[in-house]
Amino acid sequence: MSVLVLLEQRGELKPCALEAATIAGQIAKASGMALNACYIGQSLSDQAESLKGFGIEKVYAYENASLSHYSNDGYVPIVRDLVNELGAKVIIGSSSALGKEFCASVAARLGAELVQDAIGLGWDGGLKATKPLYAGKVISETKITTFPAMASVRPNVISIERNGDGAPELVKRDMPQVSLRTVLKEAAQATAGTIELTEAKVVVSGGRGIGGPENWPVIEDLAKALGAAAGASRAVVDAGWVHHSHQVGQTGKVVSPDIYVACGISGAIQHQAGMRTSKIIVAINKDPEANIFKICDYGIVGDLFEVCPLLAAEVRKVRAS
Amino acid sequence: MKIAVLIKRVPDTASVFAINPDQKSVATDKLKFVMSPYDEHAVEEAIKLKEANGADVVVVSLGPDSAKEVMRTALAMGADEGLLVTGAGTDSLTSKGVAEALAAAVKSIGAELVFAGKQAVDDDASQVAERVAELLEMAHASVVTKFELNGGTAVVNREIEGGSYTLELPLPAVITIEKGINTPRYPTLPNIMKAKKKPIAEKSLADLGLSAEALAPGVVLESLSLPRQNRRNHIIDGDTPARVNELIRLLKEEEKAL
Ligand SMILES: Cc1cc2nc3c(=O)[nH]c(=O)nc-3n(C[C@H](O)[C@H](O)[C@H](O)COP(=O)(O)OP(=O)(O)OC[C@H]3O[C@@H](n4cnc5c(N)ncnc54)[C@H](O)[C@@H]3O)c2cc1C
Ligand SMILES: Nc1ncnc2c1ncn2[C@@H]1O[C@H](COP(=O)(O)O)[C@@H](O)[C@H]1O
Repeated sequence: MSVLVLLEQRGELKPCALEAATIAGQIAKASGMALNACYIGQSLSDQAESLKGFGIEKVYAYENASLSHYSNDGYVPIVRDLVNELGAKVIIGSSSALGKEFCASVAARLGAELVQDAIGLGWDGGLKATKPLYAGKVISETKITTFPAMASVRPNVISIERNGDGAPELVKRDMPQVSLRTVLKEAAQATAGTIELTEAKVVVSGGRGIGGPENWPVIEDLAKALGAAAGASRAVVDAGWVHHSHQVGQTGKVVSPDIYVACGISGAIQHQAGMRTSKIIVAINKDPEANIFKICDYGIVGDLFEVCPLLAAEVRKVRAS
Repeated sequence: MKIAVLIKRVPDTASVFAINPDQKSVATDKLKFVMSPYDEHAVEEAIKLKEANGADVVVVSLGPDSAKEVMRTALAMGADEGLLVTGAGTDSLTSKGVAEALAAAVKSIGAELVFAGKQAVDDDASQVAERVAELLEMAHASVVTKFELNGGTAVVNREIEGGSYTLELPLPAVITIEKGINTPRYPTLPNIMKAKKKPIAEKSLADLGLSAEALAPGVVLESLSLPRQNRRNHIIDGDTPARVNELIRLLKEEEKAL
């Protein structure tokens, strides 16, 4: 009986993979089960070092160039067979865009219950999960009591923690024969240098208060100064000022950065759904009554066109010193 | 071609949510119900396809009788008929059980293409459609922002962190829809009237060859709560330069976040 953590990679292991390993390690410890990991991708070899300290006994590595990108037909049978072989009782993955699809598919093949997008996990004779419902307006505590039990973890909510430097044993596996129904025609990368919203440690978002697309650079510049990803409210996306991949909220992306800076955003509940689990929320808005101030840690009542450029300049000064 | 669209009736998330004293259920009296927003995009995509290529669009929902409200909306948008999975045992299912029931329903229709939302905005479970695909051994793609049909092959774009994939998958297939793919139409009054006459069939779990026992949930709900608001709510005073500098000091020294 063991815990299995699914390590997501995009060329390199993703931070969310190490977050999942951290929490899977805690569950293994609490339940007295062993922890193993599954890597599927081009090559783990030169990254095995980063898997030290999580208490992983063995990492099963399925390495093949044809596995470098996720595919249901390629990845799902591997995990199903590995879970059955190991008799894994708990399987932990990541709630990234691909991770959710992966976990849902694995759960279906195993006939397992699954909680996606968990913001906390624990063990109490079953797999306990904390998860937001109704766009974050309600928090549920559930326990999966049948096995295997599965959960995927929202990126950025668990801090990566290592205990010691014990390295897992690397178990190389041959790639099973599968026929892929789905063909990947093209994998497009976003413009180089842009930081992905859902993975960013800092997010600066602009709302209708920016007034028009010509002012979007005010947001981008502050983001750049802070090393942040740039987000937007739906108002800005619907107006066509920026691409909808920037949208944060119930019908956009869910982010949990260390710092979320909302500029000219009123703080509608659907926007909150996408940023409520941020560690620190900063609001810049000229309306002291704006809802965003009710959910912020630090607020500046003022014109974003004055505050943001100054903040960018001061941050650059601090960073330079 | 038959297209099934999976749609769910959910509370409008703009509603005020309260937890019942049992801490295990949400008070429903103040809630307004709607079609889950991603499902609206899924319905729209199916109707666009019907208009372009001709198809029979069947909306499928699992839920109480009231789920027919959103099915009527979909019929008014242009879907042809509805299939509601309802009755004993349907209200206590987890996503796993819902998917098994919906898979059986889709199979009974003989749909070659299934559209669903990327997630339902009540439980945000993000798994029912993928499970349906796996149970029916169909190819599938999630979070799709562009869909085209080329004969028996679907060509889709799906977003991933920091980029996107273009995928080709053979029918039969299940596609979950992300917003941005289209703009759902508003039903016109004549179409709302017409929709009242379109058929909505009902099936129980037993009709689908399933039993509530076999679909028994393996998840126990321990509690529901409202999120704690323990934010600092510190509004910084002073002139603009002073406030900016104080914010930086707070983030750097107090929060150690810069
Ligand atoms: C089903 C559904 C799903 C939705 N999903 C989302 C979602 O995913 N994400 C999302 O964001 N919204 C979503 N919405 C929309 C949401 O309800 C709000 O309409 C939207 O978030 C408002 O965007 P906003 O705050 O930018 O604009 P507004 O509400 O118009 O707020 C603009 C703010 O800017 C301030 N301002 C103006 N000028 C300045 C200035 N010069 N300096 C400083 N402040 C200034 C104003 O005081 C105001 O508070 C959804 C709605 C529905 C019904
Ligand atoms: N009870 C249901 N009836 C019909 N479709 C559903 C139901 N539950 C989920 N779905 C479909 O599956 C998608 C994902 O839902 P979920 O996995 O619950 O987040 C939804 O957008 C619907 O298309």
